[in-house]
Amino acid sequence: MADAPQIPDEAEVRARWGAFAWTKENAEKAKAVIARYPAGRQRSAVMPLLDLAQRQVGAETQTQGWLPVPVIEYVAAELDMPFIRAYEVATFYTMYNLVPVGRYHVQVCGTTPCLLRGSDDVMAACKNRGMVKGKTTPDGLFTLTEVECMGTCTNAPMVQINDDNYEDLDFDSMARILDDLAAGKSPKAGTQNPKRHTSEPEGGPTTLKDMVKANHDYRKEW
Amino acid sequence: MPKVTVDGVELDVPQGATVLQACELAGKEIPRFCYHERLSIAGNCRMCLVEVSPGPPKPQASCALPTAEGQVIKTDSPMVKKAREGVMEFLLINHPLDCPICDQGGECDLQDQSVAYGRGATRYDENKRAVTEKYMGPIVKTVMTRCIQCTRCVRFAEEVAGVEDIGAIYRGENMQITSYLERAVASELSGNVVDLCPVGALTSKPYAFEARPWELAKTLGIDMMDAVGTNVRIDARGRQVLRVLPRVNDDVNEEWASDKTRHHVDGLTRRRLDRPYVRKDGQLVEASWAEAFDAIKVAKAGKSVAAIAGDLVDCETMFAAKALVNALGSDLLEGRQTGLDYDVSSLSAVNFNTGIAAAENADVILLVGTNLRWEAPLINTRIRKAVWKKGAKVFAIGPEKDQTYKVSWLGDDASLVGKLPAAALDALKGAERPLIILGGGGLAVPGVHGAAIALAKSVNAVKDGWNGFSVVHMAASRMGGLMLGYAQPGGIKDVVAAKPKLAFFLGADEVDFTGFAKTLKVYVGHHGDKGAHAADVILPAAAWTEKDFTTVNTEGRVQRSEKAVFAPGDAREDWSIFRALADALGVNVGFDSFDQCRAAMIAAVPALGQEGLADYGWSAPKLPAKPEARAIPSPIKDFYLTNAICRASPTMQRCSEELVHGVDFAEAAE
Repeated sequence: MADAPQIPDEAEVRARWGAFAWTKENAEKAKAVIARYPAGRQRSAVMPLLDLAQRQVGAETQTQGWLPVPVIEYVAAELDMPFIRAYEVATFYTMYNLVPVGRYHVQVCGTTPCLLRGSDDVMAACKNRGMVKGKTTPDGLFTLTEVECMGTCTNAPMVQINDDNYEDLDFDSMARILDDLAAGKSPKAGTQNPKRHTSEPEGGPTTLKDMVKANHDYRKEW
Repeated sequence: MPKVTVDGVELDVPQGATVLQACELAGKEIPRFCYHERLSIAGNCRMCLVEVSPGPPKPQASCALPTAEGQVIKTDSPMVKKAREGVMEFLLINHPLDCPICDQGGECDLQDQSVAYGRGATRYDENKRAVTEKYMGPIVKTVMTRCIQCTRCVRFAEEVAGVEDIGAIYRGENMQITSYLERAVASELSGNVVDLCPVGALTSKPYAFEARPWELAKTLGIDMMDAVGTNVRIDARGRQVLRVLPRVNDDVNEEWASDKTRHHVDGLTRRRLDRPYVRKDGQLVEASWAEAFDAIKVAKAGKSVAAIAGDLVDCETMFAAKALVNALGSDLLEGRQTGLDYDVSSLSAVNFNTGIAAAENADVILLVGTNLRWEAPLINTRIRKAVWKKGAKVFAIGPEKDQTYKVSWLGDDASLVGKLPAAALDALKGAERPLIILGGGGLAVPGVHGAAIALAKSVNAVKDGWNGFSVVHMAASRMGGLMLGYAQPGGIKDVVAAKPKLAFFLGADEVDFTGFAKTLKVYVGHHGDKGAHAADVILPAAAWTEKDFTTVNTEGRVQRSEKAVFAPGDAREDWSIFRALADALGVNVGFDSFDQCRAAMIAAVPALGQEGLADYGWSAPKLPAKPEARAIPSPIKDFYLTNAICRASPTMQRCSEELVHGVDFAEAAE
């Protein structure tokens, strides 16, 4: 409970974000999202719209974006749903940020597979750059969050930074990625292991080897 | 009708019943926290686990499992016992052990069920979770660390109150129940979440640390705050009423009560009139009963006497006053103190004929000049149910006010009742069970009453098995008063015009007293409010918790309430005041005891002797049906301050300031 986000002061947030409205482009997108659901069920669009709103806030603030209360209310009003229902959704999912984040939202996975494969080193690399869990660095570049499993266990340990996953990390590669990001470069997303392309076994297949060349029927061998 | 076996007993259960309901039919007690008969099924507390075969070999949540033919249900097997112990252990992991300082103690579901179904000892020695305090308004005190997340309050707010302000934010272990941004819950039914909460997370703020449930004497009563006639239980300790809780009555209030019903009680001990007063040289000075009676005697009013009943008086009081006024040779009685003068030649035309419970079956509803949410909150929940569950359509004429459901507002011009827009008229005509509800604002405009009756006829709202013409009153005394003849053809104007030398004001505070400048005004009531300020003689009487009485609600339901405590100081029960006054004035009212008074009342109006719906028949009179083209007024300006008791209540004043006038108390509360 102690590390639950502290919602920023309401009056300040309302003064800054009270006039939030879709940009022309996002208004089109929102319309398209709502149109995906049957009439009268427009509330189903709350998650994509909150995401869209968060991205718009991000674009306006040059960060990864977050959801100020007036923005949540704007989305709820657009979908004709009570504010608290949209607020519940926004607080439930960790993908919605309830407090401002930096330009890069570094989400380090600390669940068992990543932990076993060295997520502590990844975390250390982040802390080495002055990041503190749940906080944004003073230069506004990085926000560090420890998250639960992101479903990339075959490439553990991994982090998600904004919309990209960085996988097969260790202390050095993580430090390099952070340096690159800080320097404004875009490091290669995905696996950082030069011997892998995606999530295939390192050094070639270890099972079902006969399938590599052709469709092999294993059933006779069982 | 599926046939199921519960613990070896075979029984037929209704189609669609849940396993939990089947167990209850079989007389088995199933522990539960989240399940509530009047709310939707959530299935998240897992306390109602039972063993069901055929089915997966694990315990099943009985509240959310439908019965099926041939099911064998076990509620007392080792598996069930172990499952309940396990669930209870998990619930208690994060529940603080603060029962000694918890207001729910003694009436706590978690306490009771942990005694009955828990393990008896804890194995948990980690830190417990703590939740930050929440603010939910002036009525509900929160200690959210105690919350077990049953979500009953969330479902109540959404489904019954219609105010979607409460929700569960965050998730997993961090889940918290809160009002939106911790603002006050803007519902006049918010107090019900206190009863719904199975633990001590939501408790009553005004009642905090006042008493333990076993100290309280419980008396069955009928609430007098509005004309719904909410069935309540009056909890008193010694001479003080500490709280009022609703009782279950499916025909009237289900099991809800409005915040006014619950929390006006702290007004019962404040601003009370506890001794007689007589006005001398423009000042009200304390007097003895004899002096007060003398002051009335010297007026030598003879036959020139009137009685005006307020909103909070009961039938026996009105009858006793009527007996005295009649014995003095007058028949000037009026109960509509604000000056309404609608026709009462047939009580069926001013009654909530549809019935409160049946109102939820209506399919098209027209509200005429009523802010139902404030005039009768518990009728409004029925209408909301009709809209929310059964898809009824609601049209309304009158000043726009949020009713918690979707309403098509047609405008506030009274003449609309005579010429309804086509959309509304067609909907009413096409409806199977149309319902026209006429409220206090509508009755105040001449012609609206007649036009509404004519409309009911033209859309065939009154037919076999359905009477869709209903009037909703705001005063608990109204229907009883009308049955007892407290109505003049011209309303209170007739009383003023008759220039009575002596007038009794039975707790009447909303009267325009300027018309009675030359009259000796005797205020018989319990609170020092507007009526007492204007009075020449004050006779202190009993409030509704301090006497046995009969009352009639807006649907003509005769109900009896019992005396919970004694009136303070020299105050007396109303009937005895009029009995004594009769002696002082040298006339005979024909009764010497309360029982005789009630018997005489029943002899005069037999319908008051029978608890239940009074039968007025349906014979709507033909009335002028040309409403003036003017805006319908809204008679209730402030829901929380409608009568003398509420105005004396600090809780109601606080509610009014915060919820009606928007004063912010949230900061001060912390």
